[in-house]
Amino acid sequence: MELTGITKRFPGVVANHDIHLTVRKGTVHALVGENGAGKSTLMKILYGMQKPDEGTIAVDGEPVSFHSPADAIARGIGMVHQHFMLADNLTVLENVVLGSEKLHGIGGAARRKIKEISDRYGLGVRPDALVEDLGVADRQRVEILKVLYRGATILILDEPTAVLVPQEVDALFANLRELKAEGLAVIFISHKLGEVLSVADEITVIRRGTTVGTAVPAETTPRQLAELMVGSELPTPETAESTVTDKPVIEVKGLTVYASGASLGELGAPAEVADPAGGAAGGITGGGPVAEGSVGGQVRRVLDDVTFTIHAGEVMGIAGVEGNGQTELIDALIGLKNADAGSIAFLGEDITAWQTRKRREQGIGYIPEDRHRHGLLLEAPLWENRILGHVTEKPNTKGKRAFWLDPAGAQADTRRIVEEYDVRTPGIDVTAASLSGGNQQKLIVGREMSHRPKFLIAAHPTRGVDVGAQAAIWDHIRDARREGLAVLLISADLDELIGLSDTLRVIYNGRLVADADPAAVTPEELGSAMTGAATGHLEHVEQEPAEDAADAEDAEDAEEAAPEDEAR
Amino acid sequence: MKKFDRERVLLAVAGPVIALIAAVALTSVVLIASGKSPIEPYSLMFEQATFSDIQVLIINQAGMYYLAALAVAVGFRMNLFNIGVDGQYRLAAMMTAVVGAHVDLPAVLQIPFLMLVAMLTGAFWAGIAGVLKVTRGVSEVVATIMLNAIATSLIGYLTLTSVWGVPLGNNQTTGEMKKSGWFPGIDMGAAGEIYGFTLIAVLMGVLYWLVLNRTRFGFDLRATGASETAAAASGVDAKRMVLTAMLISGGVAGLAGMPILLGDAHTYSLSFPTGLGFTGITIALLGRNNPVGIAFAALLIAFLDKASPALDYVGYDKEIAVIMQGLIVLAVVVSYEAVRVWGLRRQQHRVGEELAAAAAATNDDNHTEKEVAAR
Repeated sequence: MELTGITKRFPGVVANHDIHLTVRKGTVHALVGENGAGKSTLMKILYGMQKPDEGTIAVDGEPVSFHSPADAIARGIGMVHQHFMLADNLTVLENVVLGSEKLHGIGGAARRKIKEISDRYGLGVRPDALVEDLGVADRQRVEILKVLYRGATILILDEPTAVLVPQEVDALFANLRELKAEGLAVIFISHKLGEVLSVADEITVIRRGTTVGTAVPAETTPRQLAELMVGSELPTPETAESTVTDKPVIEVKGLTVYASGASLGELGAPAEVADPAGGAAGGITGGGPVAEGSVGGQVRRVLDDVTFTIHAGEVMGIAGVEGNGQTELIDALIGLKNADAGSIAFLGEDITAWQTRKRREQGIGYIPEDRHRHGLLLEAPLWENRILGHVTEKPNTKGKRAFWLDPAGAQADTRRIVEEYDVRTPGIDVTAASLSGGNQQKLIVGREMSHRPKFLIAAHPTRGVDVGAQAAIWDHIRDARREGLAVLLISADLDELIGLSDTLRVIYNGRLVADADPAAVTPEELGSAMTGAATGHLEHVEQEPAEDAADAEDAEDAEEAAPEDEAR
Repeated sequence: MKKFDRERVLLAVAGPVIALIAAVALTSVVLIASGKSPIEPYSLMFEQATFSDIQVLIINQAGMYYLAALAVAVGFRMNLFNIGVDGQYRLAAMMTAVVGAHVDLPAVLQIPFLMLVAMLTGAFWAGIAGVLKVTRGVSEVVATIMLNAIATSLIGYLTLTSVWGVPLGNNQTTGEMKKSGWFPGIDMGAAGEIYGFTLIAVLMGVLYWLVLNRTRFGFDLRATGASETAAAASGVDAKRMVLTAMLISGGVAGLAGMPILLGDAHTYSLSFPTGLGFTGITIALLGRNNPVGIAFAALLIAFLDKASPALDYVGYDKEIAVIMQGLIVLAVVVSYEAVRVWGLRRQQHRVGEELAAAAAATNDDNHTEKEVAAR
């Protein structure tokens, strides 16, 4: 497959400019670039969702032109989207044949074909399992199988590792190697450089909408690659010196939240993600009798007896596969969900019964996990979004008991945020929806930091943000931490967690199952705890939890509650 | 920045204009299909509008529509569909008429007192739907529709002669209200009298704008309407907001019948106007929940109402106006959504464009820019 001189313009913006890309049979070709560099647009062109304005695409030396994804599929190009497109309540077989019933029917022939593909590439897919019972990694394999079933010879994988823990990533890469051994071409889109280097045969780097270079993994280091990607020195999320004090800001004791009934399958799923690598570490011991029992009973605990303390100047990172209780923990802390048991204390005061507004007024900042649902009014102008969440506080309101809005004050302050946080926008009157995700995030971070929070809930603070802005956001968090901010950091980016946190905890099935010293732990070790395979204090060599206290590096681990919590 | 402002105005006007053009065109199609002139009815109606007595009628009608539409708009601004404005204003008018017929305070007190009665009655009736939604999760649409029917029956019962009703000729009234509760009108000579309460309607429009756009409460309300999840995360108590919005909506609805009750009828009778609440929905939609837009929409619909009866005398059916009102609703819903989506896309592109231009300008010193970003 060969792309020459592809250019795609959107009104006013050149999304892709003079792109050259050659993918050979039997290789894994990685496409890397920052967010917004133009990867997605290129993929849409490849998959027939958009037409290029200039340039040609050739498959097997033959020039082609795609009008729709159906054309691309007919040419043997298949795409595995970042967000899976599967019907939960159907079986794997039904999902696979859906839309291509004509190929092998919907019965025995189709099942045989699925088995055949699954065996041939070592995918291990069971045709009759319900998709809702499958874990994330299994679902991804179903997606790959779906594409192969339609006869694809060129596979496009869009950020396939974003939802996987390290062990699952390894399993995926093993699958990809099988595929390429069979002569298929794989286009692998990612911005995780380490992964790209380990799996790709060739790498093409995209920056600012154009291909800036190619690299051969064997001769490249992640750092070189990153510099190619960003075009300048690369920031790292390392926290230089510890600023942890012994003044507790937030104390959570025995926090328990019951499931309200929805999406249990989703939440339960990670438990089944027992992959080859994690399996060796002793199976799932973290669950224990208590958790297992409650799963079987009527009420499921989405947060189970969570206890921790965060001190002023401390960043506590929470690692975990998405859907293990992080959302509920955030909701309980900000007051969107009531605690069914346990207590939350903020600066020594019990706030368990406080409303969300009071919590925010008293200095709890909130960078939400899903900024579109919880952080922004998409169709409102930026300055109104600056008011959101702080409507009772200056500079947004004036008058007695903050009765009147102060649009002028809010607008002036929005201009300041746009300036200081480098929000790329032509003005503060445009709607939030017209900004890119990264700029929306910068606005939210700016808004929250502007109110000098004492405790910040930061869920994926740099998700969808480009590398430059990522560093700026880290800097802002670090600066505030130096001034005594306590941060609860939840992130899917293990490097960010390890680099920014003073303490690390692992959440699994609603429980804090392990803790680790960010200075000593590796992403792989964290990963195995995230699948429930390891518990207690994570060190290079497993040690007794009792030794926690002796650990000089993180004095804050001396919170007495911690060891009991994990020993359970 | 100015550019985006102008664009917003343009977008705000584009929706209604497109809708009206479409509605007129479709009405003409109906006229042609029935073998009539597709132009003449309009010119007849415009001619009607030049008569000063018709103008007074239009303004009086528009005042009532305006209040009803404001009531609906308060709900719309936070994603609540108060279909029950109709029942709320009728019940409120009846209660006010009864109270006004039995209580006699000095005029300075009587009129505010009667307004209070009207607002409380409306708020109470809407509040039932609000409480049901908050405590039981009953859709306010269903509850308010039901309450409309219940209000009709309740009014029928309360105006029985054995309860509060006073028969007058072959009409059933609630008795004439005390003079102190009559709202003085603006005398226009031979053309008639403009209801003084119309001024209150205008004041309510100003208040509506002020509360929604300039107070903290208004911001919370709009935020809840724009995104319930984001509002909840920002600290709005969604349940309380639902109840409050319902109460306000009902309170304003209670005033919708006041112009005619206090200004002309002075009693609640069988001939009291009905359906203001439903027309109010059309008007709120057409006026985009904006106080000025609603005023224009109210005038337009009132014009159609009051100018169309003349059509009957020259061989057209006055129902043409009803057809047109219906078509306006359909066209409004379609064109607003289209314009909204188009506007959002357009703005996204414009923002992209401006940023690309800005980037191109600084492209030469790429490095400086990066350093700023990485600061």
